[in-house]
Amino acid sequence: MAGKTLYDKLWDAHVVRTEDDGTALLYIDRQLVHEVTSPQAFEGLRLAGRQPWRRDAVLATADHNVPTTDRSKGIADPVSRIQVETLDRNCNEFRIQEFGMADRRQGIVHVVGPEEGFTLPGMTVVCGDSHTSTHGALGALAFGIGTSEVEHVLATQTLLQKKSRSMLVRVDGELGKGVTAKDVVLAIIGEIGTAGGTGYAIEFGGDVLRQLSVEGRMTVCNMAIEAGARAGMVAVDDKTIDYVRGRPFAPRGEHWEAAVEAWRDLHSDPDARFDRTVVLDGSRIEPTVSWGTSPEMVAPVGERVPDPDAESDPVKAEGMRKALAYMGLEPGTPITEIRPDRVFIGSCTNSRIEDLRAAAEVVRGHHVDPGLKQAMVVPGSGLVKQQAEQEGLDRVFTEAGFEWREPGCSMCLAMNADRLEPGERCASTSNRNFEGRQGQGGRTHLVSPAMAAASAIAGHFTDVRAL
Amino acid sequence: MEPFKRMSGIVAPLDRSNVDTDAIIPKQFLKSVKRTGFGPNAFDDWRYLDAGGPGMDNSQRRKNPDFVLNQAPFDRATILLARENFGCGSSREHAVWALTDFGFRVVIAPSFADIFFNNSFKNGLLPVVLPEDQVEALFQAVRAEPGLELTVDLAEQVVIRPDGERLGFDVDSFRKHCLLEGLDDIGLTLQHADEIRAYEKRRREEAPWLFEGRGA
Repeated sequence: MAGKTLYDKLWDAHVVRTEDDGTALLYIDRQLVHEVTSPQAFEGLRLAGRQPWRRDAVLATADHNVPTTDRSKGIADPVSRIQVETLDRNCNEFRIQEFGMADRRQGIVHVVGPEEGFTLPGMTVVCGDSHTSTHGALGALAFGIGTSEVEHVLATQTLLQKKSRSMLVRVDGELGKGVTAKDVVLAIIGEIGTAGGTGYAIEFGGDVLRQLSVEGRMTVCNMAIEAGARAGMVAVDDKTIDYVRGRPFAPRGEHWEAAVEAWRDLHSDPDARFDRTVVLDGSRIEPTVSWGTSPEMVAPVGERVPDPDAESDPVKAEGMRKALAYMGLEPGTPITEIRPDRVFIGSCTNSRIEDLRAAAEVVRGHHVDPGLKQAMVVPGSGLVKQQAEQEGLDRVFTEAGFEWREPGCSMCLAMNADRLEPGERCASTSNRNFEGRQGQGGRTHLVSPAMAAASAIAGHFTDVRAL
Repeated sequence: MEPFKRMSGIVAPLDRSNVDTDAIIPKQFLKSVKRTGFGPNAFDDWRYLDAGGPGMDNSQRRKNPDFVLNQAPFDRATILLARENFGCGSSREHAVWALTDFGFRVVIAPSFADIFFNNSFKNGLLPVVLPEDQVEALFQAVRAEPGLELTVDLAEQVVIRPDGERLGFDVDSFRKHCLLEGLDDIGLTLQHADEIRAYEKRRREEAPWLFEGRGA
């Protein structure tokens, strides 16, 4: 019999019961809650007279709507304010732990969970947010759910799930200088396509993943959903355990020792079989820029915007034409001639301390190009912000002409006041370049923090390796 | 949840692949704390020529005459026909609420994104996966005859064309059962509360750290 994949191990450990058609009732160890996808779930509990099954398994924080400027006057937009206040009220009524807007631990759910040690290896983790796959970087089974499922988990601590197929994405070799986790995941999505992972849980492995830090692995797992996979994960190793050690919610003493022993088994067995295996050569991955309106529409920075006429699949060619029309780009334009109007460094993909360090490294001693309307850095959490300030990174950014903001989702999806105006172009470290994602009519180019910083300095996309 | 058994309705052709949930319901409408009222803003960026926001009187806004759902008879459609990877992107269930509030009961596509697919079943919206050639044939049929109606029978698992041709589709038996009966998932799961407690008891012994909820 073949060995088990990491996904098999995580899945098997959480099955409470199985229906005849294979639908499993899966136990959920942790749920993260934010203000946008939870109000209707709490309302559902109220209407049915139900209480949360396990309060200690839930942690809430507001991130999507919160202002990233001075918060002393609250939220100016009344609709956003109601949503955040609704979360506060629901957490209070149902006695759920919340990091409120004034708490220095507040931040993007997917930054806060691992940072607090609230999400741990071996756990099942859900949140009403598709980027929940981020937590898989710790060797957890983590995936996004809809609001009905948020309510289901609150009420029962379980979910009805069909097991996905398994995919191994192995990135061999070694990354070149200036090539980061973001470039790796953009290259992966470019390779397998935005629906390539649909119906699969992806394990990311290979030498490159082993070399990446845990934060880098989070960047990769974060975007599993952009390849269609609800869950992305990476096996546990020493780096994982070092990352988790000492975090506020992490186990201590005897429990820590027992946990580490159990976590050591959280990897695919050598003889495990995957339904699909994709192999990339890490040494061939280059700093990458998205040119279209789907995360699979990417090109190495040294290349040109592709020509739809050269695409043999007519449906794909039509998609490319629509994307280029929306993006205001001509086929054949060198990527390095594209000039952003704004630069956004932040989001659950790239707002951790290492991301800010990488961007600051590029920015240090330079100034933002005067042609730019705005360049902003939005740390992923209050603690990331504090750490960055202790390291003096805030001054590196502000002296270069960047704005240094309060934590939140911000311009990744523009639910707060941070957004693009129609036709504006943004170099963004976020995860989605969909039409209108960063503001109606806004045009998004997905890049790594270092590449975003480099484009802010140069005023156009440029190969960070040449700086 | 309203049960889904059999329905017939007009098919609206949305000839796009990778229709994402940001397109189905743009982010500014996610600020609502309710489940209802999203229909007038379904596909807002494509449907209107002006920028939409919460609280606007949508009847006064300029509609995009080129967008299919603004054209008769598709403005009365209850079946949406689209290309591959429908519903990709954000997990927002608001996308499903927007489609059902518009009046859709069925979406037909060659493939769906996983989270959207799940969310649909929780709200009585049936996602039907048909092979690409059958979807292409339906696009051609609707173009030839705007207002074409299809019948969708969940119990039989078929889409029936006006000429009587039957297109079979797959659906998990558990999901089918819940949708046919309009069952409340949570109520069903709570019938197994003892099994959940037994699982927790066992896990608490095996892996006690999973049950330490204390923070700093």
